[in-house]
Amino acid sequence: MALPMDRAHARMPWGRLSRSGRRNLRNGLLFTAPGIIGLFWFYAYPVLASLFYSFTSYDGLHTLSWVGLRNYSDLARDGLFWQSLFNTAYYVVLSVPLTVLFAFGLALLLNRKDIWGLALFRTIFFIPSIVPLISSTLLWLWLFNPQYGLINTVLSYVGINGPGWLNDPAWAKPALVIMGLWSVGGWMVIFLAGLQNVPVELHEAAELDGASPLGRLLHITVPFMSPYFFFSAISNLIFGFQYFLQAFVMTQGGPAESTTFYSLYLYQNAFQYYRMGYASAMGWILFLLVAACTFVLFKSSARHVYYGGQ
Amino acid sequence: MPIDTPPRAMPALYARRPDFRRRWSRLPARILILVILLVLTACFVLPFYWLLITSVKPMDELFVFPPIWVPHHFAWDNFSNALGFFPFWQYLFNTVEICVGTVAGTLISNSLIAYGLSRIDWPGRNLVFILLLSTLLLPSQVTLIPLFIMFAHIGWVDTYLPLVVPAFFGNAFFMFLLRQFFLSIPAELGDAVRVDGGSEWTIFTRIILPLSIPALATVALFAFINSWNDFLGPLVYLQTESKYTLAIGLSTFLGQYGSQWSWLMAASALVFIPIVVLFFFTQRTFIQGITLTGSKG
Repeated sequence: MALPMDRAHARMPWGRLSRSGRRNLRNGLLFTAPGIIGLFWFYAYPVLASLFYSFTSYDGLHTLSWVGLRNYSDLARDGLFWQSLFNTAYYVVLSVPLTVLFAFGLALLLNRKDIWGLALFRTIFFIPSIVPLISSTLLWLWLFNPQYGLINTVLSYVGINGPGWLNDPAWAKPALVIMGLWSVGGWMVIFLAGLQNVPVELHEAAELDGASPLGRLLHITVPFMSPYFFFSAISNLIFGFQYFLQAFVMTQGGPAESTTFYSLYLYQNAFQYYRMGYASAMGWILFLLVAACTFVLFKSSARHVYYGGQ
Repeated sequence: MPIDTPPRAMPALYARRPDFRRRWSRLPARILILVILLVLTACFVLPFYWLLITSVKPMDELFVFPPIWVPHHFAWDNFSNALGFFPFWQYLFNTVEICVGTVAGTLISNSLIAYGLSRIDWPGRNLVFILLLSTLLLPSQVTLIPLFIMFAHIGWVDTYLPLVVPAFFGNAFFMFLLRQFFLSIPAELGDAVRVDGGSEWTIFTRIILPLSIPALATVALFAFINSWNDFLGPLVYLQTESKYTLAIGLSTFLGQYGSQWSWLMAASALVFIPIVVLFFFTQRTFIQGITLTGSKG
């Protein structure tokens, strides 16, 4: 019995792994092989290839020529590029906090036991988030119709002359943000789950000490929920940078380029004008922007996010 | 016992009173919350109502002001018209075909990867895990162009392969979800098989997979819905109209019949009703999946 055990733990020629260690390494690699291949095939290679294409002029099939940094210098002079960056930043800055706050507000409203019909309300608020985006986009296109749409109809009942929404450069982006708020149900469910982790005893103790409901919300619930805020802010930030379908289907970037978002302009360059090199440069700039924003959020999370809950 | 009872009952009585009073003092707050919930419900439900009445309105009731809240006539033929101008059944079949392939790939690849990252201890495991997880932060627009060029060169453009094959090579989100679940299964269950000389494959197929059916169901459901809703993928890779998915078909329908709102709403309803029906049958799996996703975020 002693001999095989010794052999099993003996140092092997390659690496310093025992026999069972080598077997584990082999099995581990075999089981994760699809993921490792996928990492190279669908992530590592395309990211590097994208960097390479960004230094070329390429229509995707035939003429590829090296142009150095020209795509980047062209982008710096491209007014629509800056406009698309501005539109995306506008959307992200408006929609990320609103999405998080609205979803959190819904979760708070539903996180109580003294209201009748909670399950029903939860289902109602959740359903829009599972409607396929293309269906909800077409629906909202109709709701935002300035003359016959639901929204301006309801506004007219209270004496407000509604704006042109998607036909008005000033209102197109806010309209898209409003449409996005309709489908926050998924985040609401995540926040509801998070609220279950906030210790009830802390609330009871604070209430006995005379803390107001607002005080308890800000000093107990919010700190415990901070990991959820952080997670949803990062996810929505990344989604925001990729905002595409709604603008592509509803406005094609108009009116007056007010909804030409970054990803839409990237798509147009790549697949409508076949400027693959130019679009790749945009892709890499997007990559760096998202990485920078994520980095800043992660850095600041060390100070603001409290991982004290369960 | 009878002598003891009054002193004990007294604190209980005192304890109940503030609670009783509190409940009544909170009544205005409860009514306020109920009112807010009802207003919000109207905001969430009215768009659906608008979609449904638009889809059954005859054309002459559509563009009138003030609008008609309850149609005088129900034009059910809007649905058959929408189906006639838009090869719904063909697109449905295409969409389901892609969804089934994607779900199969997602289940197979991510359960294997999650097993390798949770139940086997090997050097490099954490590195692979972190690399896979970091792909969540990578916007798909960065890899879109090189992938398109690559698929074009191997002749996969205008087939379903670029939409289905990547599912067989792992997905950070689903891998993470399954790994969390596998980690919660006691290690002793696997050790028992190892002692009997069973292989990792035996543990994986005989123990881990049967115990993970709820998690696998969640993954299958989410993968199905992601694939059903995917837009950019089919838009970029599919060119022949007969190969379109429902999502792409619906957007081209808008281009062709942009002002036929009744037909458009009827077609939209046809695309989302299957998903909503699916939701009602799988509510528990749905909510669990979302909660599981957020719980370790």
